[in-house]
Parts: sequence; structure tokens; C-alpha cells
Amino acid sequence: MKVPVSWLREYIKEPFDSDDVARRLTMAGTEVAGIERIGSSWEGVSVGLVLEVKPHPNADRLRLVTVDAGSSRNEVVCGAPNVAAGQKIAYARIGACLIDGHTGQTAVLKPAKIRGVVSEGMVCSEKELGLSDDHEGILVLPESAPLGMPLSDYMGETVFDLEVTPNRPDMLSILGVACETAALLGVSPVIPEPEFCGGGEAIERLVDVSIEAPDLCLRYSASLVRGIVIKESPDWLKNRLVNAGMRPINNVVDVTNYVMLEYGQPLHAFDFNNVEEHRIVVRRAEEGCPFITLDGVERKLSSDMLMICDGKGPVAIAGVMGGENSEVTPETTEVLLESASFLPASVHFTGSRLGLTSAASQRFERGLSPHLALKALKRATSLIVELAGGTPAKGVIDEKPGLKPLISVPVRLSRVNHLLGASYTREEIVSTLELLGCEITPGSSQDDIFVKPPYWRSDINLEQDVIEEVARIRGYDTIPLNMLDKAIPNQTPNPMLGLKRQMRQTLIGLGFNELQSWAMTSTAMLKKALNQPELSISPLQLKKPMTVEQECLRTSLRPALVSSLASNRRFEEGAIRLFELGAVYLPREGDLPDEPQMLGGIITSSCIKQHWNMQPEKVDFFTLKGIVEALLGSVGVKAEYLPSADGGLKPGVQAAILIDGNRLGVLGELHPDVCRAVEIEESAFLFELNITTLLPFTLAEKSYCPVPKYPAVLRDIALVVENSVTHAQIMDILAGYPLVVDSKLFDIYAGKPVPDGYKSMAYRLTFLSEKKTLTDDAVDKVLGQILSRLEKQLGAVLRR
Amino acid sequence: MNQQLDPLKTEALAALDAVTNREQLDSWRVKYLGKKSAILAVLKSLGSLPVEERKVVGAQANQLKNAFEGLLKEKEACLAGSASGQQSSGVLPDITLPGKPVNLGHIHPITRVMYELGEIFTSMGFEIVEGPEVEWDYYNFEALNIPKEHPARDSMQTFWVDAPPSEKGWEMLLRTHTSPMQIRVMEKQKPPLRIVVPGRVFRYEATDATHIHMFHQIEGLAIDKGITMADLKGSLYEFSRRFFGPDRRVRFRCDFFPFVEPGVEMAVECAICRGSGCRLCGQSGWIEILGAGMVHPRVLEAGGIDPEEYSGFAFGMGIERIPLLRYGIDDIRLFYSNDLRFLRQF
Repeated sequence: MKVPVSWLREYIKEPFDSDDVARRLTMAGTEVAGIERIGSSWEGVSVGLVLEVKPHPNADRLRLVTVDAGSSRNEVVCGAPNVAAGQKIAYARIGACLIDGHTGQTAVLKPAKIRGVVSEGMVCSEKELGLSDDHEGILVLPESAPLGMPLSDYMGETVFDLEVTPNRPDMLSILGVACETAALLGVSPVIPEPEFCGGGEAIERLVDVSIEAPDLCLRYSASLVRGIVIKESPDWLKNRLVNAGMRPINNVVDVTNYVMLEYGQPLHAFDFNNVEEHRIVVRRAEEGCPFITLDGVERKLSSDMLMICDGKGPVAIAGVMGGENSEVTPETTEVLLESASFLPASVHFTGSRLGLTSAASQRFERGLSPHLALKALKRATSLIVELAGGTPAKGVIDEKPGLKPLISVPVRLSRVNHLLGASYTREEIVSTLELLGCEITPGSSQDDIFVKPPYWRSDINLEQDVIEEVARIRGYDTIPLNMLDKAIPNQTPNPMLGLKRQMRQTLIGLGFNELQSWAMTSTAMLKKALNQPELSISPLQLKKPMTVEQECLRTSLRPALVSSLASNRRFEEGAIRLFELGAVYLPREGDLPDEPQMLGGIITSSCIKQHWNMQPEKVDFFTLKGIVEALLGSVGVKAEYLPSADGGLKPGVQAAILIDGNRLGVLGELHPDVCRAVEIEESAFLFELNITTLLPFTLAEKSYCPVPKYPAVLRDIALVVENSVTHAQIMDILAGYPLVVDSKLFDIYAGKPVPDGYKSMAYRLTFLSEKKTLTDDAVDKVLGQILSRLEKQLGAVLRR
Repeated sequence: MNQQLDPLKTEALAALDAVTNREQLDSWRVKYLGKKSAILAVLKSLGSLPVEERKVVGAQANQLKNAFEGLLKEKEACLAGSASGQQSSGVLPDITLPGKPVNLGHIHPITRVMYELGEIFTSMGFEIVEGPEVEWDYYNFEALNIPKEHPARDSMQTFWVDAPPSEKGWEMLLRTHTSPMQIRVMEKQKPPLRIVVPGRVFRYEATDATHIHMFHQIEGLAIDKGITMADLKGSLYEFSRRFFGPDRRVRFRCDFFPFVEPGVEMAVECAICRGSGCRLCGQSGWIEILGAGMVHPRVLEAGGIDPEEYSGFAFGMGIERIPLLRYGIDDIRLFYSNDLRFLRQF
């Protein structure tokens, strides 16, 4: 909302500083996002009179203009086609600061010889003054402009650009801003009561108005003016509109806009002769009915949209925009002026379904008070008569099915300080509310009052609303700072937070960089990354995705992991390690999706030697498995790894990660099909863990295990076994011997002298007893048992 | 001390001082610690001494022997050090060569800021809770006093999910703010409450260098008997003091959010211009940091809390802005580019 400050001053007689008011408005809830100062740079520019125009002796397109600048006469070289003797113009003397019409830069006007003639200043265009981009001709001022007056005094202006919050329709009006400003300054605004003098026939006999949708149309008031002449508006009106950001059209339309700016109440002028049967019917539209709005666009209506219709059909979309069919044109002689009030939700619904917002709809959907309609109607009618002539019909139409009396809000004075933590006195509270135009009446007790907000403040309905009014007008800085001094409430520890943090820390230590990816992805990308021609889980789709790439919600972190690897590989030659921790969205019948927290990581080898005393890092399945083991170990979990069949991973080079039979996730080499699909040209290894499933297993309390009192005995054994025998099988057997407290596979060898089809696996076993020092004999005895069991069950032979 | 041992000590120390190479040190060891050394002689002769004296002399001799052994080791180390120094003086390592790399990863800048904020609020007695990113419109809007067709919804353009409505007729959406958790927590827990909710939110907005359709927020809620706006101001001031530093001024102004009344916007002094106005702060001198206010009575009621008995304050803060300002990042989209050249800087 653009607010010319001179307009505010019409209602606030006390002088004020516009910067101070801008700051106060901002602090009180309506931010002044910008202050435009029209004319602040017009030093040296004043109102001049063109006395004589002669041709330039040396140039066809230039003229010599003699200007009376009030205190001097100057000859100026001018190229504008529209300059003529007798015009009042903006004359800039040498030294004035102007915008160059061609470059757009600000420059100081210097004395110059143009084609051999000295120019003593300049006659300015709108562009040179920064008023508009018009540089076709000079700015011609009204004849009434006082000769010699500095231009900034004559037409300078300060304009606030307000950012109005959705609860304050009143701040979309000059009067509303004036009342707010006055309250903030502690003064009373002067608000005139509009009236017009109707003559001739009574309006009821000329116009028939019926409201068929009283649930959506709260009030419909109208006046009729006949015998008007459509013409251009006077300069003062045009300037006001331009400064407030609106385009002048003609006197009648300009009045409706002007009064809308002034009161906040949208008005609409119909050409009465185009209102069929001189009848207005406010009703819901017929489904699918086409309608051409004022902007020339044809729109499809639906049966839940409220329309203003005449005897034949729609003439306006209620509260949003008028129709082309009843528009005021230069030939119009009779206007029907509408000032109505519609249900805010209905206007918002219609506007958003049609993708159409207007100055009117913005005001209605904020909950404009129906009490405004009649005042604005009277004001507009009297202005039309003043500017367009004509005679208003006697009286007004005023149907008001939804007009409710103004409410009084019961307020407990003690509650004000109780909620704010302030210490305002009764007088301070009451006088602040009165400044805002509220009527205060005493309640049943000393503590109770009734607050009746002024009719334009439809946003004040609750005690809490009144309390905010007191706080914001007195200023939030009058409320003290207090550290929360209540007891800290009981807390329920959330171990998931700690788990996530721990895993992030571990991964950072292992050289992983954290990604954060979009929650949205595409079905195509999921298919590629998971290597599933048909997705096993169909993702939730968005109703109106922004792009095809983000049409659905991710069911896996893999699309982001693989595509991030591919995109980073374009410039990164070293080893890459990436991880992401976040939710995926798994659809559930009849409920919100399940949102398990997933952790995914991906690693690759280095493509180059990067360090002078280290070989390039090569990673494989066991690098990844070691990482996963360390990661789970860091949260106290030891998992099992079993063969798995994940389609996105290379067959045989992958494992399911389980704990107590619960599947936590999977790890393995990325399937070559996936690599091809996402353009990864190397071996990559990926793991995926469901942290939500993991969480309960990380909560087991650790228990202390006594530090060994007796020395351990080490024995190295090399077992020759068939290739099909697994490490896990050997470990299972070793686990049956409590004296073997640790066993490490330190070598695997195949080749001579080990026979074909066999391998040698070398283990270092640690024997330890809690009860005594083990003798060699005792160890040898157990080792003998182990070896014979290994031989019996796995055919393992001790290699000597 | 034994008459024999005292002079022995003096002599041996002087002799050790004079040692400059391994051979000399070897001779020293033989002389003072060897089989024919004086100390060993003393120890061997202990048997011939009376019991009382034996104890004293034995202890002293052993002590001295230990001392000599210690000194010997020190000297050995000293000689070894200077020997290598002498021998390898042309091939000293170039200590400017880079060390063997230990590659540490980097935590995402948003995660980092979230952790910082979480720590501050936790220390102020707020509990961290998390909630669903896919929500019902009831929690996202209606329960927060944002009815259908309210213009306040226009500032929170919504991603609707193509799923059937719930039994209660609620529609599924991507939450546009973390505020739905206010209601969810109130439904589950009785006051007093003090929580913060970090999380991802979504708005249907065209993306450019300063706007993005997925971002992070942290929500706060404190409800108890007699919580006031002074508590709101004090708590948020304290947060700012710890997070932005004690020298940044803080401003509270009125603003509108449907789920609070009175509504508050908190801004901190611009770090660049210190309040005088610059390009970064849009000439205002202030950087808007968060929206807040006293919880609206209708919101308390929606959460099953009696607004006559309890009051509270809530706040919500966008996260991306903070690293954007702190590190001078000029494009918000970088946070979700997953580009290592960006991520490794944090």
C-alpha cells in the first residue's frame, strides 16, 4: 500500500516528521518497507512560464525558448516538440541536479552552448525529474502553478510503501493509516463525515437490487448519478492516484479508486444504461458460464463463485473484478455506483480459483468491515457529482443481510499485565485504547471493561486482540525483558537425536561429507537408482509438482547418493565419500506416510595418486564393510551380514545387515546397470541403514567386564580348507570354546603348495581364563579339540 | 651416607659428565656398574655387616645403583640423538612436506547451525522434539487458527500430496512450517511445556538465489501458568546474546501470525553496518531473525489446553538465513546442490 504523506496530513493537523512516523508504524506492526521522496532532488527546479518560442538558427529540430522563471528571464535551447508559449513548465537553472534523459544517470546541469547558442538552463521532461520514463516531451504544469515556486514545494511528495499484514484491512486505506498514525503520535485525527445531496427521483424506483446469496453478500449499497460527463480527472486527483501507485483513467473510475484508497472500501461503477432491466441480482454463478472481465480475459465461472448480475446475466465477479459488458466508457452518462461487502472467504476462494487478485479482492479477503460500505458510497457519490456533474437519485440502496452491530470485547484489566508482564496503569490502558478510537465502558467490577473497537477495526474480537493493541501502541519496548524463571518441565529423553549425532560424527571422522537432498524425486530416478523396472514401493505423488524431476516423495536415499556421486566426479579426482541422514516417505493405507530415518553412504576409490608418500586409496566391498562395522560399533552394535539379493547392488557382492533377525539395511557394490543409468564410470560401494530400526539396539546398557587378571596365550594356526568354506563357519566353531576370547583372521593364501580348490586361512587365537594362568599343556589340549572339530565339520587341515 | 658411597657418587657423576662418546660411556658403565665396580663390592660385602647397618647400607647402595642406571640411560639417549644429528646432517627431512593426509569429512552447514541452536535452547530448558514432514492440513493450518480461504495461507503456498483424505476429512500436505508440532505436542503432553522443533519445511515458491521450496526451521514453544510476553522477550534476547553475541542489539516489533497474539518479530542489528543501513539489510539496519508471539487462545484450545489457566509463547525461525549471512553465501540453492566444493568449506 502506497501512502502519500500529504494525504495523511489532511486528517492529522498536528505537524509530524515522516521518518519518525515511518519508524513508529513499522514498530507497531505495519512495516514501512520503503520511503519514496518525490522531488527531494529538485534543487534548482522551479515553476516557469514559457514567454516565447523561436526557431533555433542552426538546427531544425531545436527551438529557443524564453522562460520567465519568476525572478529572471532565461533563454533555453529546447528540443521538445510540445513546448509552446503560455505554458507553465518545470524550469531547471544551471547547477540543478537532473536525470539525463538518455543515459538515466544523475548529472549536474552545466552551462552549455548548443549548436552555437548558449542555453541558460533546461525545460524538464518527466524523466529528467524522475517522475516517469516519459522523455517524449516536456512536463506541462497546470496554469494555476505559482510562478517561481520551487517545484518540490509545488509537487514534491513523500510516499510510504507499507507492507500490510493479512489481519489489517484498515491499513489498506489512507484513513486507516491516518488513524493508526494519530494513535501512535498521541493525537486525534480529523475525519469528515461524508454526505451527498440527492435530488430527483428516489433510487428505489429506478433500480431494483436483490441479494439471492445472503450467506456470501453481507451488504450491498448503491447510488445512482445521472447526467454526468466523463472526462479527465483534475490534476490533484491524478497526482494522488499516481503517487499511490494507480493509473488515472477517467473522472468516474478515478473517483472509485480514490475513495477505495481513502476508505479501503472497493467501489464499482456500472454504466447504468448497460445494466439490463436496471436490475442487480447478487447470486452464485452458473457452472461453466464464461465471463469477460475488465482486463479483457475470458474466465470460466463455477457455481460456488458469487456474481453481480443484471436482468440478463453477470456484470461483475463480486469483490474481484468488473465485467467488460458494463464498463464505464467515455459515452457513459449514468452510473450506478456499487459499494458492497462480501464474505472474505468467498472472495478469496473465487480470486484464487481464477488466479485473479485485484486491489478490491485484497481488501475484501482481509475481512473488510461491512460498516464501511455506506460511508464510502456517500463519499464517492459526492465526489462524482463534484467532478463529473450530474444529479444523484434520491437516497441509496442499502441491503444488509450480513451487517452485524459492532461488538464490545470484555477485557479484564489485570489480564493485560498478566499476559504482557508489563505494569501499565488503568489510565494508560484506557487512554491507549481511546486513542485508537475504541469506546470504553465500565464492566461489572473495577477490573472489567468493555472495549468497542471503531468500525474499521474488524480484526479486534478477543481480549487477547485488545491486549496486543495496548502493547503495540505503547511500544513493545515498554515491556521488560525477563528470563524464564519457571521450573524446567520434565523432559523425555529422545535417544534418536543422540544416535543421529553420533553417527554423523563417526562418518565425518571416516572422511564422509554430509549431503542434504531434496525430499522430492521422480519415479524415473527411483527406478534407475534402485534398478527396479517396476518400483516395489510406489512413492507418494505431489498434486502439483514444480518439475517432473520432483514429482514424488523419496522412498530411498539412493537417487540422491548416486547422482551426487556422478555430479561430483566431474571435478573431483580423489576418493569420494558421501552420506545423507534423513527421512524417506513410505506410503501407508489411510494414514500419513511412515517416515523412517535412513542413513545412506557411498564410497569410491581415488582416480589419481594424490600424495607424495601414500598410494591412491582403493576401496572395495571390505572397505565398505569395515566402515559399516565401525559405524555400528560406534553406537555399540555388532551386526550380522548375510547374503542378500538387492537389485540395485551387484549380485554376490552385497550383504544384508541384520541384528537379532531384524534387517537394518544393506551394503554392497553398486550394480553396473545402476552405474550405467546414472553415468558412474567406476566401482562404487553403497550402504543403507534404517536408523529407526537400529535405535532400540543402541540403547542396551553396557556392563563392565573385568580386566583379565591372568596372562593371555596366543597361538597362530593356518587352516587349509576348501574354497567353499566361509570365515563365518570357522568363527561359529571357535565361538564354542569359551577359552578362545579372540580370533583374528590375519591371512588368506591360495596357490602352491596349497592344492587347487583349497585356501589357507591363518588365524591368531587368544586363549584366556578368568580363573588361572593357562599352561601350555592346557592350551594345547583345547587347541587339539578345536582342530579336530574343524577337521570333522569343515575338513580343515592344519597347515604345517 | 656410607663413607665409601658418597665420594663414589661425586666421582662417578664427574666422570659421566666428561663422557662424549659410546666407548667412553661403555668404560664408564664397566667401571661404575660392572662386576668389579665399587657398588657391587659394597653390595657383596653386606653379609659381613651387622644387621642394623646392613639395612641402611644396603638401601643406600641400591639407591645409588638405580641412580647410576638411570643416568646411564639418559646419557645413552643423549649420545644417540647427537649421533644421528651428526651423521644425517645433509639428509634432514624436509619438514615442509605435507603430512600424510587424514581425510575428515564435513558436516552440512545446516546441520551444524541446527546443532548450535539446539544446544543453546537445550541449555535453556527446552527439549528437542521432531515431527512428521508430511502432515495433515488440520495440524498445519486449521488447528493453528488459519482457516480455509484465509489470506495468511497465501504466504505459505502449499505442496499438496496426491493421497486420499483421512477419515476426518483432513488433506495431506508437506508441512509449510514446523508449527504443526505445537499442536501435536500439546495433544500428547500436559503443560508445563518447553520444546524446540527443528525440521524441514516446504513452500510452493519459485526458486532463485534467495528463495527455495524446501528449507529448515526451528520452532519453539513454552507453556506454563503465568508465562508473559516479558518472558518471551527475555528468552529470545538471551538466545540472541548467545548465538549472535552480546554486542548485537535486538529489536522486537509487532507483527502478525495467525497462531499468536500479540505477534512479534525479532530482528538483530545488521552485522555489516551495525544499524546504519546497508545493502545486506535493505538499508534498515536490522536483520529479521524470527517470528514469535504469545500463543493464540484458539491454538491452546485446539491443543486441549485451557487458555484461562495457561499461557505461553512460541517462535519460529528460518535456518538457511543464518549461514547465508554468517558465511556470506550468495545463493541459497547451494545448500542443496550436494557440491563438494561447497560442502567442504564448512
